[in-house]
Amino acid sequence: MKTKAQYRHLIFSLIILLVFYKAEANIHKVCSTCPFQTIAEAVDKAQENDVIFVEDGTYVEHEILIDKPLTLKTKNAIVDGDNQGEIFVIKADNVTLDGFTLINVGTSYIRDYAAIRVRESKHFTIQNNTIKNLFFGIYIEKSKTGKILNNKIYGKAVSEYNSGNGIQLWYSDDIEIADNYVEKVRDGIYLEFSNNCTISDNISKNNVRYGLHFMFSNNDLVQNCSYISNGAGVAIMFSKSMKMLNNTFADNWGSAAYGVLLKEVNDTELSYNTFKNNTTGINIEGSNRVVYKHNDFISNGWAINSRGANYQNEVNYNNFLNNSFDLVYSGRMNSNNFNSNFWSSYTGYDLDKDGVGDVPYRPVKLFSYVVNKTPEAIIFLRSLFVDLIDFSEKVSPVFTPDNLMDETPSMKKIKHDTN
Amino acid sequence: MLKILKYSFYDLIKSRWSYIYLLFYLLLSFVLLFLNNDIGKAVITLMNVIIILVPLIGTIFGIMYYYDSKEFTELLLALPLKRSSIFLGQYLGVSLSLSMSLIIGLGIPFISYGLFQSAVIFDFIQLIVVGSFLTFIFTALSYNIGLMNENKIKGFGFSILVWLFLAVIYDGIFLSVLMIFGDYPLETVTLVGTIFNPIDLARILILLKLDISALLGYTGAVFKSFFGGASGSFLAMGILFIWAVLPIWLIKYKASKKNF
Amino acid sequence: MIQIENLHKRFGENQVLKGIDIQIKSGVLAILGPNGSGKTTLNKCILGMVFPDKGKITVNQQDINNRWNYRKEIDYLPQIANFPNNITVAELIKMIKDLRNVKSKDETHLLQLFKLQPFLNKKLNNLSGGTKQKVNLLLTFMFDSPIIILDEPTTGLDPAALIILKKLIEEEKKKGKTILVTSHIMSFVEEISDEIMFILEGKIYFKGTISQLKNQTQQTNFEHAIASILIDNHA
Repeated sequence: MKTKAQYRHLIFSLIILLVFYKAEANIHKVCSTCPFQTIAEAVDKAQENDVIFVEDGTYVEHEILIDKPLTLKTKNAIVDGDNQGEIFVIKADNVTLDGFTLINVGTSYIRDYAAIRVRESKHFTIQNNTIKNLFFGIYIEKSKTGKILNNKIYGKAVSEYNSGNGIQLWYSDDIEIADNYVEKVRDGIYLEFSNNCTISDNISKNNVRYGLHFMFSNNDLVQNCSYISNGAGVAIMFSKSMKMLNNTFADNWGSAAYGVLLKEVNDTELSYNTFKNNTTGINIEGSNRVVYKHNDFISNGWAINSRGANYQNEVNYNNFLNNSFDLVYSGRMNSNNFNSNFWSSYTGYDLDKDGVGDVPYRPVKLFSYVVNKTPEAIIFLRSLFVDLIDFSEKVSPVFTPDNLMDETPSMKKIKHDTN
Repeated sequence: MLKILKYSFYDLIKSRWSYIYLLFYLLLSFVLLFLNNDIGKAVITLMNVIIILVPLIGTIFGIMYYYDSKEFTELLLALPLKRSSIFLGQYLGVSLSLSMSLIIGLGIPFISYGLFQSAVIFDFIQLIVVGSFLTFIFTALSYNIGLMNENKIKGFGFSILVWLFLAVIYDGIFLSVLMIFGDYPLETVTLVGTIFNPIDLARILILLKLDISALLGYTGAVFKSFFGGASGSFLAMGILFIWAVLPIWLIKYKASKKNF
Repeated sequence: MIQIENLHKRFGENQVLKGIDIQIKSGVLAILGPNGSGKTTLNKCILGMVFPDKGKITVNQQDINNRWNYRKEIDYLPQIANFPNNITVAELIKMIKDLRNVKSKDETHLLQLFKLQPFLNKKLNNLSGGTKQKVNLLLTFMFDSPIIILDEPTTGLDPAALIILKKLIEEEKKKGKTILVTSHIMSFVEEISDEIMFILEGKIYFKGTISQLKNQTQQTNFEHAIASILIDNHA
């Protein structure tokens, strides 16, 4: 940590040095004894492409409008919005906002106040900022090709109706969101009508609603993110052609808690993800041609809950380990493929030693229908009686679609890197 | 009482049935550990086995020992000994020797597979504690049945029936009731219902370990407060304890009234 | 001394004892009566194994109800003795001594008398019925208590052992003990007892010496005298 900090410091000094030699860019300092004592004043007086360096200290300011290309930097300056409204409003291309700590964003039930708002801008970079005591954190609207990197957002949300989102994109495309940490807001990251975005290496924790939320957004990529103890890890609704790779969804507990919630999502891929200790790993509704491969489902209440109208999905090469229920399936028809997974509760054998079980595995237990109808019945899980009725359903299926089974269950846990 | 306990205990650990029981657990654990090669998974499998099997063994052993030692008991009754010490001593002798077979039979294989280095040691301890509780409870139940039935066949059949009822039938009836009256709020009824069955209680202790993710999916507030914190485990343990004490008290009561 | 007043006991439909009143003093009292007449139940009442419905029993002036300490004064020979099968004779002797809290008693004299030494290290389930009965007798006479209750002591005994038994009873009688015997063997009863008591259907039909009985029934033979009570009361 120490070396990294020193390293960053060095680069930072180098940048400042470079900026000094760059004839056309001026540096304006802001501090209590500097020519500019407020950030707003410096922004107002600066020329395009100038750099404003804010010295350490607390600045009580709000509605700082940045309407020309500028770079605003600080080491440890705190900007206190005094609960009056928004703090930074960016309405120009090529703006960089780096290193600020923003506190006390106003809360309103009429307007979505944000610590940083970017409006109709391109090529912005928002990085290394810390936002506390906020309503909305970073709000990007109708903008393109920006970067949101390494920001930390700490909310205090308790309920959905009076809290905002950590990072919100609205009609914004080609945005990169990476290395951010968001906790205790409504939705950690929320994308609406936003396409071709990359969301990687973020951590969303303890958010009231979703860790990451997509509405009407297409062709986005989510990778290497962690979603822990949210209302639901990732919710994707009315979207298509998404990719989710190498993410971790853990400890999302509650009656409506999911690792991933898919609603009307088509042609999407979820691969190499880990779902651990969630009440429901993946909840799927009305989603078609979705590919689920090489995921690990470990100790979830329900690994996959297929709520109906899901067609031509492929669930292959996943590990289902110690889930209370591997699969819940609504509907009497099945056109989804569940082959070649490893199921820890598979009890079949492999006489020809080809690594594939000789008898098919039926992942749907009769008891899951009982629990669906009578939720209190969950308390009978692992009862001998329940095992008996599950066994009878296994032998002659009455409730589950006849062809819903893994015909080639793996005998060994699947190693995802080799397959 | 301690003297009777001592003699019953020695009598039992010298009998071949204790060895068979011990051997069975040794074999079961070694096979499970060998097949899974994963100490955590073996504990989970054992938990499922133990909540059904331990009550059965406790029931059969309890009733067998009661009838087998009946004449000797009569001899003891003529000696200057307190009645309650004779019966409680014998009962504790049976329960302790069974619990010991369980502890040794499971302990040796698991320790040799590195239990002390693994993270599941607390799960294992819980397994042993639950198993011992069930042994004490079901031995006490069958002792009571023995005290109430002079006829050996009748007593034996009746105690097997009690086991079958608590292990399977009770859950079946209960589940059917839940499904039939599904439109009514049944949360409290369900929790209270499980209290009346020690096997269900033991099972819930296991659910709290293995299936907490699923249990928290249920919306009910009573469930949530029960399963959410540590209170659920403590409460279930506490009720198991009461389940053990009540039949023991009943043995004492029945024994003090019975003619021989 | 054992005092029994108005003793009643019913097992379900079956009224076994219907008001027994006796005082048992030192000497040998033989309790006679057909099967099911209540002999064993009476013994068990005295031992506190069966709880009477009505009536009072005192042993040495002490009400026995719900007590157990008074049994220190009693040695009991049960009708069928079944010992734990897994232990040896020596272990059994040690155990009973331990349970009675009298470790100092010396059984060697009785062991010699019954010739039981060779069996000391044998397990009880390997012994014959007769040998078991000898062990049973040994355990009864070992403790030298003032009251002795013998339920069918002759069962399974060979003639030699029977002679020893009679001798033992004679010795204990001389010590002034109270001895209660139930038996079917009339010659045995005639030989050892000072007094007899005849129970039928839960009531005492006769209590007194054998000569009194013979007088009363005008029979010269003891067996016939007993039989005549039976016939008189069943006719």
